[in-house]
Amino acid sequence: MSVHSTSHDFKGNAHRALGNEKLQQAMGFVRVGFIEKRAAAAGRLPEFEALRDSAREIKTHTLKHLDLYLDRYEQRVVEAGGKVHYARDAAEARALILDICKSVDARIVTKGKSMVAEEIGLNAHLEANGLTPVETDLGEYIIQLRNEMPSHIIAPAVHVTQDQVEKEFRRVHTHLDPQRDLSEPSSLLAEARGVLRDRFLTADVGITGANFLIAETGTSVIVTNEGNGDLTQTLPKVHIVIASIEKVVPTLEDVSQILRVLARSATGQEMSVYTTFSTGPRRMSDPDGPEQYHVVILDNGRSAMLGGAFEDMLRCIRCGACMNHCPVYHSIGGHAYGWVYPGPMGAVLTPSLIGVEKSGHLPNASTLCGRCESVCPMRIPLPKMMRRWREREFERHLTPAVVRTSLGAWAFLARRPRLYNLAMRPAIWAMAKLGARKGRFSFLPLAGGWTKYRDLAAPEGETFQAKWKRTRQAR
Amino acid sequence: MSARAEIFSNIRRSLGVEGAERLRVQAVEDRLERAPKGVIPERGQLDAEGRGALFQKQAEAVQATVARLASAEEVPAAIAGFLRDSNLPAKIRIGSDALLSGMDWGATAIEVRKGPSDGHDAVAVSHALAGIAETGTLVLTSGQDNPTTLNFLPDTHIVVLRGADIAGDYEAVWSKLRRTHGKGVMPRTVNYVTGPSRSADIEQKLQLGAHGPRRLHILILAD
Repeated sequence: MSVHSTSHDFKGNAHRALGNEKLQQAMGFVRVGFIEKRAAAAGRLPEFEALRDSAREIKTHTLKHLDLYLDRYEQRVVEAGGKVHYARDAAEARALILDICKSVDARIVTKGKSMVAEEIGLNAHLEANGLTPVETDLGEYIIQLRNEMPSHIIAPAVHVTQDQVEKEFRRVHTHLDPQRDLSEPSSLLAEARGVLRDRFLTADVGITGANFLIAETGTSVIVTNEGNGDLTQTLPKVHIVIASIEKVVPTLEDVSQILRVLARSATGQEMSVYTTFSTGPRRMSDPDGPEQYHVVILDNGRSAMLGGAFEDMLRCIRCGACMNHCPVYHSIGGHAYGWVYPGPMGAVLTPSLIGVEKSGHLPNASTLCGRCESVCPMRIPLPKMMRRWREREFERHLTPAVVRTSLGAWAFLARRPRLYNLAMRPAIWAMAKLGARKGRFSFLPLAGGWTKYRDLAAPEGETFQAKWKRTRQAR
Repeated sequence: MSARAEIFSNIRRSLGVEGAERLRVQAVEDRLERAPKGVIPERGQLDAEGRGALFQKQAEAVQATVARLASAEEVPAAIAGFLRDSNLPAKIRIGSDALLSGMDWGATAIEVRKGPSDGHDAVAVSHALAGIAETGTLVLTSGQDNPTTLNFLPDTHIVVLRGADIAGDYEAVWSKLRRTHGKGVMPRTVNYVTGPSRSADIEQKLQLGAHGPRRLHILILAD
């Protein structure tokens, strides 16, 4: 069982998100920054589109040969003195990690940012077993204090405002002067740096995710801006990497191709500040670094996605561009999606991992506008796959009766053009008459949920087809 | 069945393969052996002088500071001046790197401590394996010469880089590492560093100095 999901209540979640003033204020920062920065970074590199193609080809090739590349990766890790563990599901991964922690009598466990660790609900499990997990990415630290899930895959606390961070720091950091000034982001950052520095230096185990695993060399790669991942994996005596099976890429050259599109798509940086390549534990002559190096490789439903309708999703490199550009995500934030992965990538991945019966609302929460696919560095056809989930949901009779009946009625009409015209003409005529004065409807019977948040423009009096016919004849 | 065996068997079933088909194995071996380069941006494909200039421009664009020196002999005085101007104590930590160890620190008032950092050093000095012009990125490798802790714990990180070690792209660095370490073998840690540490986790406002160094100062040696 993976971490608990509320995706089945997406409608309720979204409703509450729309009414949450703090959240709406925070989401305002997402709507502008990310989009402009990505466009500028992509614009500065003439080869950007060619690199997207190259990155897609690399992952597609790797997925077709995943068993062989995983095998080679494992072999190289072992040669470098590391250990590789496999976990079929979240429970196995949690148990493996807890065992490693217990084997060194660990008490404090620092963590770099890892979505897979969120997926398996690692922190709660470590806490339940008497350990103290400490998130060290600033955003992750903030949401750990607030006891929340990340609302964005690269900016986990994007839903939190500055004054909320201040409130949380004052509540938790009670050893500091209550009169201190925390009115600037810089003072909040400095405080977190100080508090977490002590944790880094006293941690027994450091756990990081991996952006990539390199088969050629048995190397795990992390990409951060803060440097927290590096302190997490360099200072404690044990470094545990938790990564899912599809993180493997063949060579150093291949990872370099993908790195060129990762940061640019994510934050609009040319390159993230720290890209770290780690291979095995500390060597004989090394003065620092961990004494033990473990990699826990998680499946949790991914192997079943290979070769099927959702295989393309396994190319995802978790840059967050799709959610940064999604009008639905902008409106409701990440938590409304109800599980670990929000936005368009979550709407496709979540049903694959926890089942469409629990998360069928997610692929429906899209206008299929296509912005996500247009910015995805790995060219994942997200809208197409959301449509595919909708079809599956329909086929499995998971769609509510009202929707099924309405869709059935519409399909009946749509397949009979004459009848369709006959039915539409008077309806459009009547709506044009009724809405003529205001030019829009603020309430419509049977569509109250829709008109509650926006108006429907009134038709001008004739159907599109009628107009088409008329203008063609006029020419 | 072990978790490993089951995962591998699931992967193979989903892909509709046995596993060790000759063509598949060959495709994988071939890719690992040839390591094709893919698309290399034009931007970094310059002569040595051009690479140095691009490296500096890109590093400065991400808030690193850069100074150019004629040779290694000028480094101690340049660092002493930098520390004075930045109001920092005249104390540095270095590893056992031959270039740094061989410098005449005695000619300055700088106190030099050697070995990994335990978190109590304000300033560390490292010697980079390479620079990458394309993005203003430094490449540092772990080991006694330049301990990894020096890259992350001190507030100020000063990095000495030979101009001749500035490559155009990442791929040139991998070729260099393969020549020194052998194919398929890596140092314990390779750090790509592009500017000082930062975070924008609070309302998307960029702040320098999250957990790593607040300041990154790069000295490029002409000789």
